Amino acid sequence: MYEVIAFYVFAVSTTILFTITAMSKNVLYAMSSLAAGMVMISGLFFLLGADFLGVVQLIVYVGAVMALYAFAMMFFDATKDIKERHQNAPLVFLLGGLMAVLFVVMFSAPIIGDNIQALYPYAVDEFGNSIKNAEYVGMILFTKYLIPFEVAAVMLLVAMIAGIILAGKKMDYSLTECEVSDEELKVEELDIAEKLKKEEA
Amino acid sequence: MDSTMLPEVTAVGVIIKAVLILAVIAAIAGFGTYIERKILAFMQRRLGPQHVGPYGLLQLAADGIKLFTKEDIIPQHANKIIFAVAPVITAATAFIALAAVPVFPGFTIPLVDVYVPSIASDINVGILFVLGMMAAGLYGPLLAGMAQANKWGILGSARTAIQFLSYEVVTGLSILAPIMMVGSLSFVDFNDYQADGTWLVVYQPVAFVLFLIAGFAETNRTPFDLLEHEAEVISGYVTEYSGMRWGLFFIGEYANMITIGVIASVVFLGGYNDFWIFPGWLMIIGKIAFSFFFMLWVRAAWPHVRPDQLMWLCWKVLMPLAVINVVITGLVMMII
Repeated sequence: MYEVIAFYVFAVSTTILFTITAMSKNVLYAMSSLAAGMVMISGLFFLLGADFLGVVQLIVYVGAVMALYAFAMMFFDATKDIKERHQNAPLVFLLGGLMAVLFVVMFSAPIIGDNIQALYPYAVDEFGNSIKNAEYVGMILFTKYLIPFEVAAVMLLVAMIAGIILAGKKMDYSLTECEVSDEELKVEELDIAEKLKKEEA
Repeated sequence: MDSTMLPEVTAVGVIIKAVLILAVIAAIAGFGTYIERKILAFMQRRLGPQHVGPYGLLQLAADGIKLFTKEDIIPQHANKIIFAVAPVITAATAFIALAAVPVFPGFTIPLVDVYVPSIASDINVGILFVLGMMAAGLYGPLLAGMAQANKWGILGSARTAIQFLSYEVVTGLSILAPIMMVGSLSFVDFNDYQADGTWLVVYQPVAFVLFLIAGFAETNRTPFDLLEHEAEVISGYVTEYSGMRWGLFFIGEYANMITIGVIASVVFLGGYNDFWIFPGWLMIIGKIAFSFFFMLWVRAAWPHVRPDQLMWLCWKVLMPLAVINVVITGLVMMII
């Protein structure tokens, strides 16, 4: 009973929030409703008994991914509306709709074909001890999905090294103690001053 | 949790627990401002608030009246909805995080025979839930800074994003080593693991120190309070806020300080187990109070750090230390 009510609350609010994300012209509305929708989705995970996934949804999507989006938004005025350019609205509508249909088919086909089975559907193992949700995830990750898990780990390592190489060009000396960077700043200031003078003239 | 050992947890018990948490923490958060000002004053050889009531105790009421009656200003070009929602996010996430934290040991109310559990909601991934909720708390300062159409606000929210994202890594990695030792994510298991009287801080001193440092950064306390650093960015993300909207940020910050205190007490300092002649509830209150006092002590003792020092500390000192700590813990556990 409570679960049904909770499900409808989470489902309806998720839909509404993501609709705002897609429809709003204001970046700030779009970002905050996307983040709030992610929180609502983690509520759905909790309802399904997948506590671990729900918490991971919170930490990864709400805490990290959306915060990175927000960080990219620091570079422009987030309180203004954006003028969107639609060059070919019917094409966008068609492609978007097709993608939506494709996702629904992809995720519902195994359910219709009864091919989805929970590997550990019970909260108790064969000896009668209770197993916790995080332990299920660990067991499945290190048995059935070991190779995808390891491949994902290697990919993340590659991404991390690439990130460090891209960002770390001047990391071996401190910018605040560096006189060269001070001089660069001075040169830039002089350039800006000259430009301003030229514009005034 | 073994349901045979403990009395059944009823909905009434959970509701009583939730009201208890809200009442106690909100009261402490209010009273904390008085304690903070008094302690800071004594450490700096001043007197602190002393004019309103005996020893300035009623200063709290005076501050409350001021906050409630102050004019509520929303800047002209601000995004009004987000501007209004942001303080609520800070306060709400701080209190939601407290739902999965054990504040007192479970007890039964004598006459009506209602069992009040030690945690309002004992989900078996409690630690991750609290960390996730505190991570979601970064949207309060972030949206506040971005919605107010003020450059100081934008600077404050940029600092929020950097500081919280970076120090979440340290919090997670430092608490990973105790999680490996206990083998569970539930706070109750952490408490029971230390029931024999050996606190986890004895095995994990490095993790404890790292967690405390990261906790200071995540609660925006003084060595790392760059989000609202007066000398650099006026008030950062709270520049345009006044009255009760500002008060909500304040309550959220104090609730987060208490949450960090509870996590430190339960995970590293023996939780709510009885100790010698002291009962468990007294021990946990004492530990939380000490960690609260510790935060004020640090504020009186240390100056701010610069933003680049903050990042240097996080990525070049704390994170490698945390990773090494995790690896060594794993090796020792494998050998023993």
